[in-house]
Amino acid sequence: MLLAGSPFPPKKYTNEKKVLPLKILTAPRMDRCIGCHSCSLACARLVHKNFSWNTAGIRIASSGGLSTGFEARTCLACEPAPCVAACPTGAYTQRKGGGVVVRKKLCIRCGECARACPVDAIYLAPDGEPFVCIHCGRCVPFCPHDCLEHMSIGGEAAAAAGGADA
Amino acid sequence: MIRDHFRVLRVDLRSGKGEILELDGRNEYAGGSGLAALLFSKFGRMDQPWNDPGQPLIFAIGPLTGLFPLMSKTVCAFKSPYHDQYAESHGGGRSALALRFADLDALVITGRAPALSCLSIGSRHIDLKDVHFMRGLDIHATGKLLRRMFPGAGHRSILRIGPAGEALAAMAGVVVDTYRHFGRLGAGAVMGVKNLKGIVIQGDASFALPEGKDYPALFQDVYGLLTGTEMMHKYHNLGTAENVVVLNELKALPFQNLQRTSDPAALEISGEKFAEKTLLRNAACAGCPVGCVHIGFVREKFMEPNQYLYRQVSYDHEPIFAVGCMLAVTDPFAALDLMEEADKVGLDVMSAGVALAWATEASARGFVSTSETVVPLQFGDANAYQQAMWHLARGETEFYRLLASGTLRAAERFGGKDFACVLGQEMAGYATGEVFFVSQALGLRHSHLDAGGYSFDQKHTEKDVTAAIGFLVEDERSRCFLTAMVSCLFARAVYTESRLAECLKAVGCNALSERIGPVSQRIQQERWRLRISTGYDPDRVAIPQRYSEVVTWKGPVDRQYLTELKAEYGHRIRKLSAAATPPESELKRSPG
Repeated sequence: MLLAGSPFPPKKYTNEKKVLPLKILTAPRMDRCIGCHSCSLACARLVHKNFSWNTAGIRIASSGGLSTGFEARTCLACEPAPCVAACPTGAYTQRKGGGVVVRKKLCIRCGECARACPVDAIYLAPDGEPFVCIHCGRCVPFCPHDCLEHMSIGGEAAAAAGGADA
Repeated sequence: MIRDHFRVLRVDLRSGKGEILELDGRNEYAGGSGLAALLFSKFGRMDQPWNDPGQPLIFAIGPLTGLFPLMSKTVCAFKSPYHDQYAESHGGGRSALALRFADLDALVITGRAPALSCLSIGSRHIDLKDVHFMRGLDIHATGKLLRRMFPGAGHRSILRIGPAGEALAAMAGVVVDTYRHFGRLGAGAVMGVKNLKGIVIQGDASFALPEGKDYPALFQDVYGLLTGTEMMHKYHNLGTAENVVVLNELKALPFQNLQRTSDPAALEISGEKFAEKTLLRNAACAGCPVGCVHIGFVREKFMEPNQYLYRQVSYDHEPIFAVGCMLAVTDPFAALDLMEEADKVGLDVMSAGVALAWATEASARGFVSTSETVVPLQFGDANAYQQAMWHLARGETEFYRLLASGTLRAAERFGGKDFACVLGQEMAGYATGEVFFVSQALGLRHSHLDAGGYSFDQKHTEKDVTAAIGFLVEDERSRCFLTAMVSCLFARAVYTESRLAECLKAVGCNALSERIGPVSQRIQQERWRLRISTGYDPDRVAIPQRYSEVVTWKGPVDRQYLTELKAEYGHRIRKLSAAATPPESELKRSPG
C-alpha cells in the first residue's frame, strides 16, 4: 500500500441494527493534513448523499493561511452536548459516548444548534439545514495521511453509524 | 450542477456587475481547455492587443471537477502579453473546487476596474472592492489582507498578483492559494492591466450527487488506484524534483544557461537533498489525496543575537531547474530563497530564472554591463539574483523592462540571441533532445506538458520525423481532453480515455462519454485556430543556436533533424488550425 490510511476496499457499512463498539471520530494528527478535503467530500458523498465540502460532518480549514496548516471542524463528542440543550424541538438528542443523534424530521431549521456549538462544528446550509458529524468513521479511510481516527471509547452503541437519519 | 450546457459568470470590471450566461456546447467543447477556447472565441478580440480592456480573462473547469480525485485544476485563458496571442496557463490550489462550488463552469472577466480592486464571487454574491492601498504589496502581504477582508477560510480560493503584475511584466504570474500558480505567459500582467489585484472565489454551494450507484463505486475504484497503488508514487514521494538526478545522469539537465547538460554540483540540489535538508511538509490541491506540493523552509537570521524568521516555499523540479541549475545556485536553501523572492514579487519563477541565466552569460561575454544589470551577475551568486528579481519585477530600467517582456526581446536589443534559452518562452527543465525542443518551441502553451516530447526523446533513438510529429500531435490531442476535464496531468496514467468515459457516464454525461475522440480533436483544432487567428506563425519561431550545441546521452543535437521536425510540426499545426470549425456558427447564447 502506498499512502497511509488507504485501506481499500474500504470497510462496508450497513444500516443493520447491531451492537457495535462505541466509537467517536477524532482528528488527533491534523499536523499531517495536506488540505485535500477528501474527508469532507467523502462524508458529504457517503453519509449525506451530497456533492459538497460544506454539507459534511467534517470540514477542513486553514488555520490562518495555508502556511500555518489545517484544522478539522468536526464534532468533539461533548457530553453533555450544548447543541442538544439548545435544540428547541428535540431533533438533537445526546448520543451515548458523546456527540448527538439528529432526527432531521423534527428539525425546524432554527440554527440554534450551530450557534450553541462552541467549536463551529455544525454547518448550516443556506436553508438552515444543519450538518454535523455522526461519528460513523466513513471519512477515515479517505485520509491519505492518517490524520483521523475512529476511536473506541469503551462501551457499546446500539445503533450503526451513530443512528442519525441524515 | 451536472448540466448539458455551461453556466458562466461574466463580470465587467468597469461596472462591477456580472451576468450569468448559459451556453450550449457541452458535447462539443466539454469544459476546461475546450470551454476556455469557446469563451475566448466569443469574448476575445483577435485584432486588438492583449492590454485592450475588453479582452477577457477566463477561468474554466470541467464536468468532472471535484467529482473525482485529481480533477483539481483550472484552465486560465487570455491574450498573452508575452506574445500577444491566445494563451492558456493551468493552475490548481483550491481554485477548481471553489469554482465548482460557486456553481460555475467558468468565470470571464472583462473591462478594467476604475481603481485597484479585488473581485469576490461565490454562488450567491459578486463584489468588487477597492483595494488601492494594496498597490505594490507583495504576494504574501496581499494574501494576508485578502484573507482578513473576505471570510470563508478553507473553502475559498485566493488568486493575487504582486508588483510584477502591476508593472505589466510579461513574466508576471498569478499566485493561487500561496503555493500554486497560473505562472506562465503573463496572466499576472493581464490582471494588472485590468486593475485587478486579487480574485476571491468562494465555494459555498452544495449539490445533489449524480444519480445511481455507479458514481460512488467508480469513485472508490479511482481513489484506490490513485492512493493504493504505485501509480502516483513519484509525486507522493520526492515529487517532480526526483527528475534532477535522473536528467543529470542522462545528460539532459540544463545547467548554467544550458552551457552543459550535466554537472556534479546538481546533485546538491537533487530532490533527495531537498527532501533531506529542507522539506517541511506536503500539501495538496483541493480534491487531490496525493499531495505532490512539496514545501521547504528557509530561515533567516535577521538580527543579533540569534533572532530568526522562517519562510515556507513550495518547490518542484521546474523551479529547482530555473533558479538552481540554470543559475548554478547549488545550495538548496539559496535556491529556495530565490524561489521565494520570485513568488513574492509575482514573477513566474521559471521565466525569471532562465532570463537571469541569459543575463549572466550576457554579462560574462560583454553584451551587457552593470550599467544594465545594476547588480553584477555571476553564476552561483544567489544574493545578486535576489536583488535582480526585484529589478526584473518592477522593470525600473530599460534592460529589466525588456528582459521581463522576454529574454529574446532583451537579446534583440543588447545582443546574445544565440544563447537565449527560449523555446517559445523561457525553456522548461528538460534538455532531452530534438523532439522536446521542437515540442516546447512550437507547442500551444510552450510547456513541457503540451505533449510528451521529453519522453519520446528518451524512448527513441531513430530519427523518424513522421513518427515523432505524429506522436506529438496525437499526445496533444489526448491531453486536450484531460485538460478539458480538468485533470491534473500527473494522473494521466490513471485517467485513460476508457476510464474517462466511465467517469463521464457515471455523472450523467453520456453523450460526451461516447465522443471523447472527436471532442478532443475539436478542442485541439479550435485552440490552434485561436492561436493562429491571434497572429501565431510557427515558421517564425526561432530555436536559438544554443540548442544545436547541446550534447545529451545520445550525443550532439542534430541540427538537420531539429529543422525537419520543426517544419513538419509547423505544417501539422497549420493543418489542425485549418480543420477547425469556428464555434460562432453553431452556438447560441441564451439568457440566464
